[in-house]
Amino acid sequence: MASVALTHLDPASRAAARGWSDLTIRNMFIIPTLAFLIVFNIFPLIYSLGYSFTNFAANRSEPWQFVGLQNYRELLSDDHIWSNFVTTAKYVIVSVTGQMIVGFGLALLLNRSFPMKGLITTLLLLPMMMSAAVVGLFWQLLYSPSWGPINYVFGLGDFAWLSNPDSALYAVAITDIWMWSPFVMLLSLAGLSAVPQHLYEAAAIDRAGWWYTFTRITLPLVSPILLIALIFRTMEAFKTFDIAYTMTTQPTAELIAIRLYKQAFQQWDTGKSCALAYIVLIMVLAITNLYVKYLNKVKER
Amino acid sequence: MAAVRTTSEIALNRIAVVSVLIATLIFLAPIYWIASTAFKPKELAITVPPTVLFQPEVTPFIRLFTKRVQMQKAVDPQVYEAAPWWEKRIYDGGERVLKVGKDVQLSQYPDRFMNSLIVAVISTVLAVGMGTFTAYGFSRFKIAGEADLLFFILSTRMLPPVVVAIPMFLMYRVVGLNDSHIGLIILYVAFNLSFSVWLMKGFMDEIPKEYEEAALVDGYTRMQAFFKIVLPEAATGIAATAVFCFITAWNEYAFALIMTNRRAQTAPPFIPSQIGSGLPDWTTIAAGTFLFLLPVAIFTFLLRNHLLRGVTFGAIRK
Repeated sequence: MASVALTHLDPASRAAARGWSDLTIRNMFIIPTLAFLIVFNIFPLIYSLGYSFTNFAANRSEPWQFVGLQNYRELLSDDHIWSNFVTTAKYVIVSVTGQMIVGFGLALLLNRSFPMKGLITTLLLLPMMMSAAVVGLFWQLLYSPSWGPINYVFGLGDFAWLSNPDSALYAVAITDIWMWSPFVMLLSLAGLSAVPQHLYEAAAIDRAGWWYTFTRITLPLVSPILLIALIFRTMEAFKTFDIAYTMTTQPTAELIAIRLYKQAFQQWDTGKSCALAYIVLIMVLAITNLYVKYLNKVKER
Repeated sequence: MAAVRTTSEIALNRIAVVSVLIATLIFLAPIYWIASTAFKPKELAITVPPTVLFQPEVTPFIRLFTKRVQMQKAVDPQVYEAAPWWEKRIYDGGERVLKVGKDVQLSQYPDRFMNSLIVAVISTVLAVGMGTFTAYGFSRFKIAGEADLLFFILSTRMLPPVVVAIPMFLMYRVVGLNDSHIGLIILYVAFNLSFSVWLMKGFMDEIPKEYEEAALVDGYTRMQAFFKIVLPEAATGIAATAVFCFITAWNEYAFALIMTNRRAQTAPPFIPSQIGSGLPDWTTIAAGTFLFLLPVAIFTFLLRNHLLRGVTFGAIRK
């Protein structure tokens, strides 16, 4: 931290010298937070990096041994882990695509004035404010094979959504779409309301068709914000744990975060889970970087 | 739309409004289902076909808060006298009065609900308090490498909970913080702090610098200016940030599942654990879920004007 002269409040510089100096205040306001975040976020990661090179098991008292890169080698050559990654990729693609389509579609419909618009928008936002674990739980009831309302409404008889290995992952994705489409809708609405009205008026004067207006005016102007929604949801879907964990125990719906949880807290394979955690972490940070880059782009507009 | 409205446009508008209403009904149906199940008699919870119309009852809520026990020894009269009125008598579906401690016992749900409340409130106060100071620091002073520091702060929020939880669990085991309120509060502060800083920075940036400068000229110290001028101006932002942090902590599952199991267990890991084996009593589970979701639903309505800012870390304002 460079200690530059901080006050650029010329008329008040003498006044600012009363009490604590600006430098002191700045440090007092910022350093505790940074210290807290380093101690409780960065230090644990360093701690687990150390363990990722050992065969430590948290539930056994045997002394651990240093095994070098063996954990990483084993993980990267383990078919089971790869299938978890494939499952996660499938889940991300299905649920994020669904959210983008449903959310953007809703925003297009909502982007006009009609009575009770505010109330309806707020009601639509309710799902994403709820606890994902509890949402997963009550969707179990909705999906129940013989008495669930979903099967009754769609006439699916006793189709077992969550205990059928072929459909479990898609059932979780549908719930995720229900929960997070409102997020895409909210961002899209903000994007749509920022499109200058005069462009539409000009298009109308030129007798441009609906499709032309949509593809040439609406989409290009809303796409930056849609991209932010896409990256953010991709990141979140990749990390999904709670909703899938409370909904189903199917191995076909075992996302990477669930696999990590089981390896760490059910099999107590601590060293190896620290290594897996690092592999996941690197992927998440890559997506985060993208997100921040685009956020800054949108902010500059 | 265009300045000139044709009949086809009006028709299109009508179709859109009707579609919105249908979509809203579809989106609210799952929430309606859990809310209605919370008021169903036990035998109507799972029927073929599903029951939509029924005589609502509050028995699921009574079952949620109490468990029948066969206690042979009468409850200690002193304890019974000291107990508040709501613990002394419970009406069993309007038929008979049950005595707590004699016929029924309070279930674990109120206790878990309280844990959620304690952890969410305390972690919110800490995260928003620290976040407000830090946001002011970033907003008003020149800081070397500001963008990098802010990115670092944001990146802590993006860490997958399970990844952080493994080393934290091991460390907590050493210092004895597993299954404690304090342990969970620390984690939630660490999780919410970055969000609080980003959101508060947006609110702070909107408060004109001239206000403080005027106060400094009037002989205030910078601290006085901060407390007397900036904080009152930022009150709305602080409230919105607090509600967001509260909801996040209230809803959090992964950390709570890993770090707590009994004493400090919060509602999100507790409610699913009630399913167990055999046929679950969905009415009681729905009653617990309903009470748990209620505060969040109320907060969503209070927050409606700040939602966009909240979900984008204050990056997109409206």
